[in-house]
Amino acid sequence: MTAVEVSDLRKEFVRRDGPWRRRRVPALRGISFTIERGECVAVLGANGSGKSTLVRLLATLLLHDGGSAHVFGHDVFGDPRAVRRLVNRVSVEASFFKKMSSTENLSYSARFYGMTRGETSRRIPEILERVGFPVERRGEAMEALSRGMQQKVALARALLTAPVLLLLDEPTTGLDPRSKLEVQEFIREVRQIHDATILLCTHDLDEAEALADRIGILHRGELIALGTADELKRRYETETLEGAFFAATGRALVDDEEEED
Amino acid sequence: MRGAAATLRGELIGLAGVVERNVYLVRRYIWWDIAFFVWTVANTLTIVYIAKGIEAAGGQIDVERTTTILLIGAVIWAYLGIIFEILTETVAWERWEGTIEYTFMAPLARPVHLAGMGIFSVAYGVVRAVLLFGIVAALFDLQLPEANFWSAVVVLAIASISFVGIGMMTAVLPLISPEKGVQLGFIAQGVLLVVSGVYYPVDVLPGWMQALAVISPATYALDGIRAAILDGAGVGAVWHDIWPLIIIGAVAVPLGLEVFRRGERHAKRHGKLKRSG
Repeated sequence: MTAVEVSDLRKEFVRRDGPWRRRRVPALRGISFTIERGECVAVLGANGSGKSTLVRLLATLLLHDGGSAHVFGHDVFGDPRAVRRLVNRVSVEASFFKKMSSTENLSYSARFYGMTRGETSRRIPEILERVGFPVERRGEAMEALSRGMQQKVALARALLTAPVLLLLDEPTTGLDPRSKLEVQEFIREVRQIHDATILLCTHDLDEAEALADRIGILHRGELIALGTADELKRRYETETLEGAFFAATGRALVDDEEEED
Repeated sequence: MRGAAATLRGELIGLAGVVERNVYLVRRYIWWDIAFFVWTVANTLTIVYIAKGIEAAGGQIDVERTTTILLIGAVIWAYLGIIFEILTETVAWERWEGTIEYTFMAPLARPVHLAGMGIFSVAYGVVRAVLLFGIVAALFDLQLPEANFWSAVVVLAIASISFVGIGMMTAVLPLISPEKGVQLGFIAQGVLLVVSGVYYPVDVLPGWMQALAVISPATYALDGIRAAILDGAGVGAVWHDIWPLIIIGAVAVPLGLEVFRRGERHAKRHGKLKRSG
């Protein structure tokens, strides 16, 4: 069964050059791909390549300029509420009310997905424990937690609603090596236990190779390659994914571009 | 039928979640709220003392009546301020914290989401307005022998529907302009009260302002509440203030929802839901 079907998807943003001049900047230039149910697809790209735009479009947070996107058969732009029931997202920024505790943040946001107090009082401790969040820190304000801890709470928020499609937008960027490994291990577990489909946007080549079934290369808004790690290496006649990325884009995967979205 | 009931149940739980979130925020920022309330009391006193000042300067006025007129104006100003603050600043706050994307990603109908914010803002605003009125009335030893508080509450409740509708329109401003949105909300609140006779009769305003007063719900709220508290007017006696409020509310809420819907679409088209700050 196809979980995600994207066809000729386009998105542009208007940028101001001074008080009067405006220009249209393409963020996605007609990309197409599919993801099968239960599959994990990683999208590699430098900053500004359009990864976050793709995630935001699928999360119904942006309107498109052309093409189409479907999640489990539901039109992302025509029937966004149906899509929202199926999707959740973890982004590079944990994004919480910083003065509120992890339990408070999880509690009210689960309510938006129709979970009652009875359900959250049982599920929140369970899920926090599973992501490795210390029970005794559940009442502490988010601002008192490390970024790694906050990211674990972000994972818990996404999983609390049992999404069938999980959108991960650089979930380990900025984490220390130990937290990074813990988050990656948890992503594997989510796939195995919850049968979740995952779209992982990252600029971490090792992460993509370790977690994904297939890897796409997004360059300046175009999906220039999509296949297994071995297929990409064969196609670009190189022994490493890094070499394949370099051969495909003509540049190394470094943060040298401004985020366009 | 069962599907519709489940959907309704889910939406009601979501609505409770919006209220719950704001309760958590008030609890976590309680000292800020207390400080803001003390400032509101001080600000109200500076206005209410004007009546005694006029008398001290030789003016021939009924001090208790004038004090009450000014106090009602100041309380309604503070009440409207709370409603606009909660509706508009929560959106600005959510953009600042980055949670707005998660709120807008949730399968919660936008009217339900905004209704939750409106319900909390009215409940919280009423608590603050009652405390403010009580404290200042006690300080001035206002007797209010004729007051019909029930009638005043009815007028305030009906006016609140319009206030929330207008608040929905201002709530969209931080989505469109993160830098200027909240300030534009303050301007809307100020204009609404200036044309509505907050501390003076509407008759003293220039003609064009009186025309705006006709469509402002605050005009009828102030008039009806003053009649109820000063003269003991019952609900029937303030009907001439209630029916315009019903009509304005019936227009303001759908209009507010439509304005918010368009603002949300604009934000989604131009990528403005991203974290700011």
